[in-house]
Amino acid sequence: MAAAPYHRPETLEAALALLQDGAAPPIILAGGTDLYPAQAAAEAWMCPAPARRVLDISALSGLDGIEDRGEHHRIGARVTWAALRDATHLPAAFDGLRAAARQVGGAQVQNRATVLGNLCNASPAADGVPPLLALGAEVELASAARGTRRLPLAAFILGNRRTALAPDELALAVLVPRHGPGARGGFLKLGARSHLVISIAMVAGVIEVAAGRVAAARLAAGACSAVAQRLLAAEAAIVGRAADPPALAAAILPRHLGPLSPIDDVRATAAYRREAALVLLRRLVAGLAAPDRARVAA
Amino acid sequence: MNALPPALMALRVNGATMRVAAGPMTRLSTVLRDHCGLTGTKVGCEAGDCGACTVLVDGAQACACLVPLGQAAGAAVLTVEGLAADPLGAALQRAFLAHGAAQCGICTPGMLMAAMELLSRTVAPDEAAAQAALGGVLCRCTGYRKIIEAVLDAHRFLDAALPDAPNAGAAVGARMVRADGAAKVAGTARYGDDAAPLDALHLRVVRSPHAHARFTLGDFAPLLAAHPGLARVLTAADVPGRNGFGIYPDIKDQPVFAEGVARYRGDAVCALVGDAATLAAIRAGELPIAWEVLPALDVAAALADGAPAVQARWADNVLTTGRVVRGTPDFTAAAHVAEGQWRTGFVEHAYIEPEAGWARRVRPEGGGIGGSDRIEVHCSTQAPAMDREEVAGVLGLPVEAVRIVPTACGGGFGGKLDAGIQPVLAVAAWVTGRPVRAALPRIESMASSTKRHPASITARAGCDASGRLTGFEFDGTFDTGAYASWGPTVAGRVPVHAMGPYRVPAVRTRARAVFSHNPPSGAFRGFGVPQAAIAQEALCDRLADAVGMDRLEFRLLNALRPGDTTATGQVLEHSVGLVECLEALRPRWHALRAEAAAANARGGALRHGVGIACMWYGIGNTGMSNPSTMRITLDRDGRLTFLNGAVDIGQGSTTVLLQIAADALGLPVRDFALVLGDTDLTEDAGKTSASRQTFVSGRAAQAAGAALRAAILRRANAGETARLRLDGARLHVDDAVLDLAALEAPLEGVGRFDPPTVPLDAEGQGIPYATYGFAAQLAALAVDTELGTVALRRIVAAHDVGRAINPTLVEGQIHGGIAQGIGLALMEEYLPGRTENLHDYLIPTVGDVPPIECILVEASEPLGPYGAKGIGEPALVPTAPAILSAIRDATGAEVRQVPALPHRVLEAVRAARQ
Ligand SMILES: Cc1cc2nc3c(=O)[nH]c(=O)nc-3n(C[C@H](O)[C@H](O)[C@H](O)COP(=O)(O)OP(=O)(O)OC[C@H]3O[C@@H](n4cnc5c(N)ncnc54)[C@H](O)[C@@H]3O)c2cc1C
Ligand code: FES
Ligand code: FES
Repeated sequence: MAAAPYHRPETLEAALALLQDGAAPPIILAGGTDLYPAQAAAEAWMCPAPARRVLDISALSGLDGIEDRGEHHRIGARVTWAALRDATHLPAAFDGLRAAARQVGGAQVQNRATVLGNLCNASPAADGVPPLLALGAEVELASAARGTRRLPLAAFILGNRRTALAPDELALAVLVPRHGPGARGGFLKLGARSHLVISIAMVAGVIEVAAGRVAAARLAAGACSAVAQRLLAAEAAIVGRAADPPALAAAILPRHLGPLSPIDDVRATAAYRREAALVLLRRLVAGLAAPDRARVAA
Repeated sequence: MNALPPALMALRVNGATMRVAAGPMTRLSTVLRDHCGLTGTKVGCEAGDCGACTVLVDGAQACACLVPLGQAAGAAVLTVEGLAADPLGAALQRAFLAHGAAQCGICTPGMLMAAMELLSRTVAPDEAAAQAALGGVLCRCTGYRKIIEAVLDAHRFLDAALPDAPNAGAAVGARMVRADGAAKVAGTARYGDDAAPLDALHLRVVRSPHAHARFTLGDFAPLLAAHPGLARVLTAADVPGRNGFGIYPDIKDQPVFAEGVARYRGDAVCALVGDAATLAAIRAGELPIAWEVLPALDVAAALADGAPAVQARWADNVLTTGRVVRGTPDFTAAAHVAEGQWRTGFVEHAYIEPEAGWARRVRPEGGGIGGSDRIEVHCSTQAPAMDREEVAGVLGLPVEAVRIVPTACGGGFGGKLDAGIQPVLAVAAWVTGRPVRAALPRIESMASSTKRHPASITARAGCDASGRLTGFEFDGTFDTGAYASWGPTVAGRVPVHAMGPYRVPAVRTRARAVFSHNPPSGAFRGFGVPQAAIAQEALCDRLADAVGMDRLEFRLLNALRPGDTTATGQVLEHSVGLVECLEALRPRWHALRAEAAAANARGGALRHGVGIACMWYGIGNTGMSNPSTMRITLDRDGRLTFLNGAVDIGQGSTTVLLQIAADALGLPVRDFALVLGDTDLTEDAGKTSASRQTFVSGRAAQAAGAALRAAILRRANAGETARLRLDGARLHVDDAVLDLAALEAPLEGVGRFDPPTVPLDAEGQGIPYATYGFAAQLAALAVDTELGTVALRRIVAAHDVGRAINPTLVEGQIHGGIAQGIGLALMEEYLPGRTENLHDYLIPTVGDVPPIECILVEASEPLGPYGAKGIGEPALVPTAPAILSAIRDATGAEVRQVPALPHRVLEAVRAARQ
């Protein structure tokens, strides 16, 4: 990697121009917290990746803010987990995403890793995906040839480590639509130790309570399928019900987790994951509906 | 002249601008270490997992291994070397020293930098903030508690100095700051990868990716031709002496380079020597190695009838069987019987410093290559004298031709008792005539190094109606992997300890070390005893319940006491402090149980419980000589030198032995200069293992101090109680003065100690150890009965250490042992090829170790220095059984397989409810 050309442009035009080289588009580097570990793993058994040109987006102007654009919040490609974690002014709908931010790696990783990098890396255990699915986020992509386009997050992440990003595209931002004033977000992550842990399972949700009833609910689970999934049946099971925590929890049934297809791995069995996802989801929903506990995070 | 060549990039480090000739994608950690010479920043994984490389980039903590130089350029980088210039940084360093927050010190720079970020932003952080700030730095030694204490206390050190070193005669028992601490907090301590000469070639071992395979090596000439930076390829044919090493004099079965057959994933096949960039670029596919993958045996398959032999020498795949037989347990006559089966997995040492070192061939003065060349190996090791013998054997040289210079050791825990990369480095340097260095990448370290033996155990215990143990039976099969390593030691030690620290009239225990195509299992803190204790302590709990006795009182009733005879027929005369440990715990036991009961009364998915476990541990080798020799010299210019061959792997022997020597001599510790570990300069102190350095080397240090004192008193014609004071070359002896310059020769004191033991016979009868450590621990926790997760609340640890030479260091060992016990109990499971990195293999982080209360019991050991025995391993043994006991107390769940991962706990909770 060291010998290949490295670019760290300051303008989007320059960055997109570099990506236009169809024969050998550069690899995009943001916080590097996924790229470098992957390199170490490949080198350990003497399978180094061939050297590629690098497009380092860490100096691009205009991508480092969390902006309130009225109809949505725009989280730029350079926004780190630490920036999100510390953005105390964000509405309560963001609480789940911010709880995830506190639990991605340790402080060192949070200080450099980007939210967009987490999405583009498309790990099944990416902690950013369930909260952003629950927020109904879209990803904005740009290329020199075709300008910008937006994809719902669920359409952007296609599979384990696969996204809809074209070789000449850069992800510019994730856009979070405005939620009702009563919307609250939550996130629960389950791992075998307290810090620095890859999720065994995690759930996220945004719930809006109006007049004592669940007016809207968006729920998602991660690390229980190749791509984190929205849980529409579970949402349907609670929308319209009284915001009574135990009753809401009880309304979510195992069959509502249909979209999940967990696997056995070193961290847990598939059966356990399915069960844990249900428990986490019930707790999440109960917590979000509890009037006295506005903010739910584990 | 002098426009900068375009390749130079500028960055600001510790306030100075540095220009480095490195590519923009070079990791900042590499830039700092290799280009700026700032080796205080440590590398433990290059994957963001360990945090040892943590630095501040524009005031924010970052893993330097994940930061491209291209992003660091223009930013202000602060490393540990720049810390002291900031008053807050210096205060933090002092706090670390005063609290004993650095043990091996390899995580210390990263910890300090992470803490610095926090303290610069928050004047009075709370514990939660400290945990969040330090959550990304792993420490394998300290259990984190003293690190948190130090961070929370750092501001106080802005205007507080370090406590003074103890005065003459007051060192033993003092909470003295560790003698090697200042270099560790300054980042100047030199570890295995910190001090290689600039012109050293790099070495990369090529390892088998298969658990079992035949292979043939083809012609390496094309590879050499294709890579000009590749200087040499080494194979078995290049090993000048014996192509084998191993712990036992008659078992040198692990090849430096395998010959035709690889027996585990990680087995060394050949090595590449050249420049770093070339070695990093060579792909496995380019190597002329033809593999034929063969079926791999696990232990069960290896024990099956007609199984092929992993190594031809052991046709039945059984390396060693150890047993202890005393009487015949009669379970039909017992009022209560408990039995069961347990399983434990591979556990990785996960020292934060991977194997590293360098070697050079040294020509004799006056030049000329010939028979008198010597080899010098600088390495991170626990056993310099053993390394010396291995290197000599592998090179076919006499031991005098080998010099081992231990570097600072960034954690060992038993894993650096094997020869590691020393043989291959020595071969490379010897054959090429050039200095050669190597540092294993984390994944390679984990794949190739030894592990804790996985055990599968069947055990049974019986007691009478009043709760007195009447019989105990134990059969353990220990997966020793592909090579012998310390397998025989484990098989020998386990049967002695398997019945626990209790009076049991009839005992039958057996442990077998069995070969497989797994990584070699070696020495790991406790040598099999922690695995055995899991089974044995679970039986105690069940018998206590069957009798209807309190679990603590059941143990107290059965606890060994002075005058008792052990199952090996040894009468324990002195220093049997288990009863005191249990009695000291009793009030905490009742209080914690009451708290748990109150919490449980509130209902809910969380169930609280308290567990208890005891242990005993023989100090030193099992029924074998294991001497240590210490030397102290007093030169004619007044230089007082302690020549100490024991390596301090973080546990503190450098400090403890100094405290002992100083008091034995009667001079203050500050008068001493230290010479450590170097086999050319020090006597053989034996290996740093088996919790033996405080006891064995400590006793030798005491004898050395006493011998020098006697020599002085003789010269001065002074009485036993004379007070000494050293003032340059003038040594005051009470009111008289000894003019050292006038002496014809330097004064010297040498001390040697070999603990008295009697080898075990075929029935396991004898005196395996001269003394034993005893302990009991309580664990309080909560189990989430819907998720199977376990949240530890508190550990209370009572340890009989004979005498706490340095209470801070003893507590540090207890904390660290407990942290490893937590890992064993709850999260650590090495699966070859699947968890060979520090994000899939989980060790406890700062948030996983609850508050720990230490109770030090001092049942003086007459043979030990000032009554002391060992603590290193005892600390770990009872923790996992106490945690499992608490899980059972909380939920009724019997967890029979560790680690108790959430899915296993949940399953056990379910089973208990049925
Ligand atoms: C120790 C450690 C702990 C971790 N813990 C967690 C955790 O708990 N939870 C979790 O989810 N993740 C975790 N991670 C993974 C990682 O930190 C996150 O996925 C992070 O958000 C990635 O962001 P980055 O900016 O560092 O990405 P990079 O490594 O720079 O890039 C990641 C991938 O995304 C691509 N990419 C990045 N930005 C863009 C863009 N704007 N447009 C197009 N492609 C782009 C890159 O080409 C690359 O393929 C951890 C990593 C480490 C090292
Ligand atoms: S070396 Fe950087 S985190 Fe381990
Ligand atoms: S002191 Fe922390 S790893 Fe050794």
